[in-house]
Amino acid sequence: MAQMTMIQAITDAMRVELQRDPNVLVFGEDVGKNGGVFRATDGLQKEFGEHRVFDTPLAESGIGGLAVGLSLQGFRPVAEIQFFGFVFEVFDEIAAQAARMRYRSGGRYHCPIVFRSPFGGGVKTPELHADSLEGLMLQTPGLKVIIPSNPYDAKGLLIAAIRDNDPVIFLEHMKLYRSFRGEVPEGEYTVPIGKANVVQEGSDVTIITYGAMVHTSLKAAAEAEKARGAKVEVIDLRTVWPIDIETILQSIQKTKRAIVVQEAPRNSGVAAEVMAQIMEKGVLYLEAPVLRVTAPETPYAFAQIEDEWLPDPARVLKAINQVLDF
Amino acid sequence: MTTGLIEVSNSEKFTPLQIIAPDGKVKNSNMMPKLDDDQLRELMRRMVFTRVWDQRAISLNRQGRLGFYAPVAGQEATMIGSQFALQKEDWILPSYRDIPQMVWHGLPLYQAFLYSRGHQHGFTIPEGVNVLMPQIIIGAQIVQTTGVAMGLKLRGKKNVALTFIGDGGTSQGDFYEGINFAGAYNVPAIFVIQNNRYAISVPIEKQTKAQTLAQKGVAAGITSIQVDGMDVLAVYKAVYDATERARNGEGPTLIEALTYRYGPHTMAGDDPTRYRTGEEASEWEQKDPLIRFRKFLESKGLWTKEDEDRVIEETKNAVAEAIKQADEYPKMKVTDLIDSVFETTPPHLEEQKQEFLAKEGN
Repeated sequence: MAQMTMIQAITDAMRVELQRDPNVLVFGEDVGKNGGVFRATDGLQKEFGEHRVFDTPLAESGIGGLAVGLSLQGFRPVAEIQFFGFVFEVFDEIAAQAARMRYRSGGRYHCPIVFRSPFGGGVKTPELHADSLEGLMLQTPGLKVIIPSNPYDAKGLLIAAIRDNDPVIFLEHMKLYRSFRGEVPEGEYTVPIGKANVVQEGSDVTIITYGAMVHTSLKAAAEAEKARGAKVEVIDLRTVWPIDIETILQSIQKTKRAIVVQEAPRNSGVAAEVMAQIMEKGVLYLEAPVLRVTAPETPYAFAQIEDEWLPDPARVLKAINQVLDF
Repeated sequence: MTTGLIEVSNSEKFTPLQIIAPDGKVKNSNMMPKLDDDQLRELMRRMVFTRVWDQRAISLNRQGRLGFYAPVAGQEATMIGSQFALQKEDWILPSYRDIPQMVWHGLPLYQAFLYSRGHQHGFTIPEGVNVLMPQIIIGAQIVQTTGVAMGLKLRGKKNVALTFIGDGGTSQGDFYEGINFAGAYNVPAIFVIQNNRYAISVPIEKQTKAQTLAQKGVAAGITSIQVDGMDVLAVYKAVYDATERARNGEGPTLIEALTYRYGPHTMAGDDPTRYRTGEEASEWEQKDPLIRFRKFLESKGLWTKEDEDRVIEETKNAVAEAIKQADEYPKMKVTDLIDSVFETTPPHLEEQKQEFLAKEGN
């Protein structure tokens, strides 16, 4: 198996699917000759030609509309939104158009589009580049939202997303792009959409998280074990919508305590939804309130204070201690 | 102080293409499209049918037998002339008022009525009918048309994607994004602006300082033309020529059709007397597309009062039959709606479905 960074795994997923299915098209701003500002599409235009991998004019709604129109002709667009902070510009095409296509056509048309986009803090991007806006997508019926945390999942989930006949938002945390390598199989494989992954088993408390916060949570878990021998179970949601509540319930039945960790601001997002579902289906398993560790409810504090603003292992550890000592 | 240079850049104007004058006389015979007598009569039949259907729909709406409806009277020449210039395999991306074009392109009339009532089957477009559902978000159809047109080009088809937008819609960002993409990719797209002078109540003069809407295409490098939208032959000619250009790989065309809606913006409470004068409306009625084309046909011996009466009768029967079909169609269910969100309904929605299954007695 090859050792790959997450971005190499993402490129590889697109290469595999471009090779396999002539209907797959990759496009966005700077994705062609330049290979994307992060090089996620590096070499793909050279390999597959300008009809399959191409640059668009600088206009996000245009990219979304192009994707919707092409999908109506049987293509499977993989559209890159250069930074997820720019999603507001294309939100109509995602939320009111692609996500509603099955409903609006009584099932006659569908939009098998993947909207790929880098996001996530800790890499000192300019304003409105890093923001975790996945919560916005959760209240949009018809979308699936994927946030991988490692190279293996990234490739398998992206292939699954490209093959999915519904629109998928695929968010790539910028800090994870090149921070480590992992084993990634050659060729085709998929990781199922809608299935969480227990990345570390434990018996005392469950952390439910995703994206870069998986790594932050694992650090906090290690410190908790060192400090007080606590065994922390860490669940990586992988698909943040729909949420795999079964895996969460199985875990809290065992640990009886839960913390949700997300990089996004506090209210109404993935953490709030996980907590709501635990309340509906698992409240009797609990011996302590479910806590969440999140960024504060403010605009993303880019550059200067982002390290303090983002949840860190110390804050997660504090929450672990709180639920254990309740 | 003005420099001559700046004045020059603003001075170019478009002159609308007109073939039949309001009195029914041929004004521009060298532009006359190649249509045989049957086709000319069919254009008239469709315009009369659409006018009568519109009157019936307004009345059905008032009786509470239809839902959302946007009247079309006044705009028949633009709507009918555009669709008539297309081939069956060409695509139409309509806006909320463009129901006639959808129906003439193949959507059964009863489905248009079901759509008005909010039934999903209303916009379940039959196989082989290349139209999209009516767009509600102003401008979204423009960016999508570029995508459909690119798809047709990539598939090697000699077909076009045609879309409609109103004068107000040309203020939307998506309008500019879509026509710019279409130009950049040189795709077979046709953008028809139905300039009926009002975006609900806001007149074109308050919408833009642009002297014409056709000139908005110039910035995108798109071939653009203004036509008399009350002249069905002028509209037909402009759209037909645009399809020829598109089929020959010559790229997109923008057509501004100058037209007018006699009625309110929609039947949901809009009152045009708040923002339009009676004089203005009667001025436009002088240019009526049906009167003008009827006179033209009568002068050639191609249309009689009997023809007109026959189409009126035919329409009334067709509308009555379609309403009956819509009335008899099974009511939509919440469980059907839930199952239409994803290809495979995920567990969280299956769970929500159970509650409605019980309510619906299944």
